[in-house]
Amino acid sequence: MKQTDFADMPASVIAARVAAGSLDPVQAVAASFAMSREKKSGRDGLNLVLWSDEKLATADASVLKETMGPRGEGGSLAGVPVAVKDNIATLGLPTTCASRILAGYVSPFEATAVTRLRAAGAIVVAKTNMDEFAMGSSTENSAYGPARNPHDLRRVTGGSSGGSAGAVAAGIVPIALGSETGGSVRQPASFCGIVGVKPTYGRVSRYGLVAFASSLDHIGVMARNVDDAALAMQAIAGLDPRDSTSADVPVAPYCEEFVSIATTPSPLEGLTVGVPAEYFPEMLDPGIRALCDRALDALRSLGAKIRKVALPHTSLAIPVYYIIAPAEASSNLARFDGVRYGRRESGTASLREMFGDTRSEGFGPEVTRRILLGTYVLSAGYYDAYYRKAQSVRTLIAGDFARVFAGGVDVLFTPTTPSTAFSIGQITDPYEMYMSDIFTATANLAGVPAMSIPIGRESGLPVGGQLIAGHFAEAAMFRVAYALEAALGGQAHQ
Amino acid sequence: MSTDKYEMVVGLEVHVQLKTRSKAFCGCSTDFGAAPNVNTCPVCLGLPGALPVVNEQAVMLAARAAISLGCTVHPTSVFARKNYFYPDLPKGYQITQFDEPLATGGTVMIDTGAGERTIGITRVHMEEDAGKSVHDRFPGETAIDLNRAGVPLIEIVSEPDMRTAREAGAYLRTLRQILQYLGVSDVSMEQGSLRVDANVSARLKGEEALGTKTEVKNMNSFSAVERALEFEFTRQCGLLERGETVVQHTLLWDASKNEARVSRTKEGSNDYRYFPEPDLGPLVLDPDWLSMIKLSLPELPDKRRARFASDFSLDAEDVDKLTADSELAEYFEAVARATGDGKAAANWVMGEVQALLNAGKGTFDELSVRPADLAQLISMIRDGLVSHAAAKRIFSLMAESGKPAAQVAHEHGLLQVGDDAALAGWISEVMTEHPEESRRYIGGERKLQGVLVGFVMKKSAGKADPKRVNQLLVARAEADAGPG
Repeated sequence: MKQTDFADMPASVIAARVAAGSLDPVQAVAASFAMSREKKSGRDGLNLVLWSDEKLATADASVLKETMGPRGEGGSLAGVPVAVKDNIATLGLPTTCASRILAGYVSPFEATAVTRLRAAGAIVVAKTNMDEFAMGSSTENSAYGPARNPHDLRRVTGGSSGGSAGAVAAGIVPIALGSETGGSVRQPASFCGIVGVKPTYGRVSRYGLVAFASSLDHIGVMARNVDDAALAMQAIAGLDPRDSTSADVPVAPYCEEFVSIATTPSPLEGLTVGVPAEYFPEMLDPGIRALCDRALDALRSLGAKIRKVALPHTSLAIPVYYIIAPAEASSNLARFDGVRYGRRESGTASLREMFGDTRSEGFGPEVTRRILLGTYVLSAGYYDAYYRKAQSVRTLIAGDFARVFAGGVDVLFTPTTPSTAFSIGQITDPYEMYMSDIFTATANLAGVPAMSIPIGRESGLPVGGQLIAGHFAEAAMFRVAYALEAALGGQAHQ
Repeated sequence: MSTDKYEMVVGLEVHVQLKTRSKAFCGCSTDFGAAPNVNTCPVCLGLPGALPVVNEQAVMLAARAAISLGCTVHPTSVFARKNYFYPDLPKGYQITQFDEPLATGGTVMIDTGAGERTIGITRVHMEEDAGKSVHDRFPGETAIDLNRAGVPLIEIVSEPDMRTAREAGAYLRTLRQILQYLGVSDVSMEQGSLRVDANVSARLKGEEALGTKTEVKNMNSFSAVERALEFEFTRQCGLLERGETVVQHTLLWDASKNEARVSRTKEGSNDYRYFPEPDLGPLVLDPDWLSMIKLSLPELPDKRRARFASDFSLDAEDVDKLTADSELAEYFEAVARATGDGKAAANWVMGEVQALLNAGKGTFDELSVRPADLAQLISMIRDGLVSHAAAKRIFSLMAESGKPAAQVAHEHGLLQVGDDAALAGWISEVMTEHPEESRRYIGGERKLQGVLVGFVMKKSAGKADPKRVNQLLVARAEADAGPG
């Protein structure tokens, strides 16, 4: 199998060939590692992959080959090499959240999403770089240095799932798992020119996802096309008794509906796409605005009705997010105390000092900033003014979406990000960095599904368009995404 | 110094370990006494990525307890995180309930002998236990045992309604009894399945406002709680008498020195940063489920006391003793129902059975003398088949062998002899051996009858039926006295 073939090959094709016996999963894994070497995905190159073990992955592929038989049913992702963000627990490879405090930590158990990918036949080939504990929008806040955008090595991949986005964009894997707390799958997907999906809160188990902000955390998927993204989502979605917040809602067969879309002249007939004015502010990059208009035209020509809608509390999303997320993070990251696992500062005089030094040395500046911020907003006397207030505003933001979807809108269309990938080191002001998630954090706060798909290029850099649907309406979202992707065709990458 | 001018005000916080097989939020065993850190998993170790799942059995037991304490169990309650750093707290927070607890507003009736009083229950909430720091295992180092981490607890918070140490003791004993009847906990202070923290303050009698309270911890028995309260109350009165103020401290009771000392840890300075636990949704209880729990509640101590008094014609003291423990009460009732003789059953259960238990011959479940066996023994006494003295011997043989009463009596020749010929033979022998007493008895000194019966009993090794011996002696005396 040629590397170049592999780099463009969709996961669905790999799985079909493996199932048909025309592709050896061991070869697919070898092609992925060859691609990884060619693209210099490691520390000295793109810095997308933190941990990988070719022997282990090859062994997994061999086991798959043996257990599936000559023309066996290897699963929907049979032999598909996948990458997993480094904050999702995997057996056999470290899970460090790109943090010094978890250097060398290997989880004794695996995330449900990873177990389900493996059950579908996928082979885990890499753990990917990320902003430390998923706190960041550029993958610059990694203890292992910034990831580089395969489209322009001087630019960021976006973040925090930058390593996963870059690995998919670079052709190292067709599918990767990322995680989102405030846009961390969609924003890097947009920056890297791929598809990134954040499902409904509760759609995919969080068991094994190292918690950042539990009420906002989601596992998402990243792929080069909508079909593969839906295929991967299909594999990992559904109730998990280990996660009390996972939902007992049936998972629709997302990909089956794609067949009818391809054969229907106006596949989105009867569907209403809402366009919220708040996501198209004056300051929006004109190039991005133009690409959004082109995408809306495409949706119209597919038969969709386009309707202007209002999501009036949108501007409050970032302030609310930066109260709730750090508050939960300050508690979730308390377990990294040096007592049971991970890094421990030795030679300290007291227990308090051990805690303090371990955490001061182990956490990077952005993580430290958010822990302090979160500790502050939960403090006695401040709780009502910050956390409680933020939670009530959060319900207003969720209410905006609920009202729009109850009013006959099927999906919303917006730009994914206000800009294209910025240069590494360009943004130093944390607040400016936070504004990078202005269009994406709302869906995390409301728990609604959202995804980014490529809609074109601006000055050579990928631009993403965002689709947002109502709770558990992933099927509708995927249908629109698939139709739009097909309609834009080659334009999406121009 | 006299404390007479002052009144003690006490509120108690009682932590009770729920009797579940697995922990509150994971499947690990709650067994007491396992090797360190054996009963642990990613969830209770707080490993990155692990998530809690509520143990329904724990919720059920908590709801049973709350209902039985007269509380309103809320259809929706909320788990919260209590954040603090401590080596034996694996997640850096404890999952507990804060501003929306499981249940609120109950009562417990207590009786100190000076009449009944109602003690208010402020709230009952669920939480998980922390692990244990072990300081004496490795010299100079502290080891952590997380077997206990995540074990389900309820905290029962009382109103500051108790006015004496004795009332506090009565409250705790009543509470323990109720929880024991419900089977929701082992309620053992020794094993740590029941822990008590006391809030105590002093105020001038007649004063409405509460004084500044202190919290006293580390008591390992109910009597220690009473002693600690007396100690702390006296200390506070002393301060007030001298015109000083009580400072809101936490004190630790030292049982060996009979004193409470101010704890070095600054509890008051902790800010626990409570917020709703985002990994668990609100705890929503189905009203039908709650009604089912209400219907399935066992008879509670108050009701059982009343029933025993009327069903078995027992006096209050016996009823109290027999209902102190639900297993004792159930054992007694089984014996009483089988024999139809409440008084005899009560005497045997409070006497021989209790002695057996006190001697450490196992728990009720392990007792080899089953209620039916004891009932048979009691019936044998009533039917004159065995003497009371022989019955005690039979009981201890039953306890050792586990055999039924009749078999033991037979095998050891302890059946009472009521046969006149055998009895007459023993009487004749006694009369020959004790001519002086016999002569005087026949001569009319009837008070010697008891002495002679005693000789016969001794000669028969306790097997003679004393009632029949008495009758035969009377007959003998009347015959010998004769007409002449």
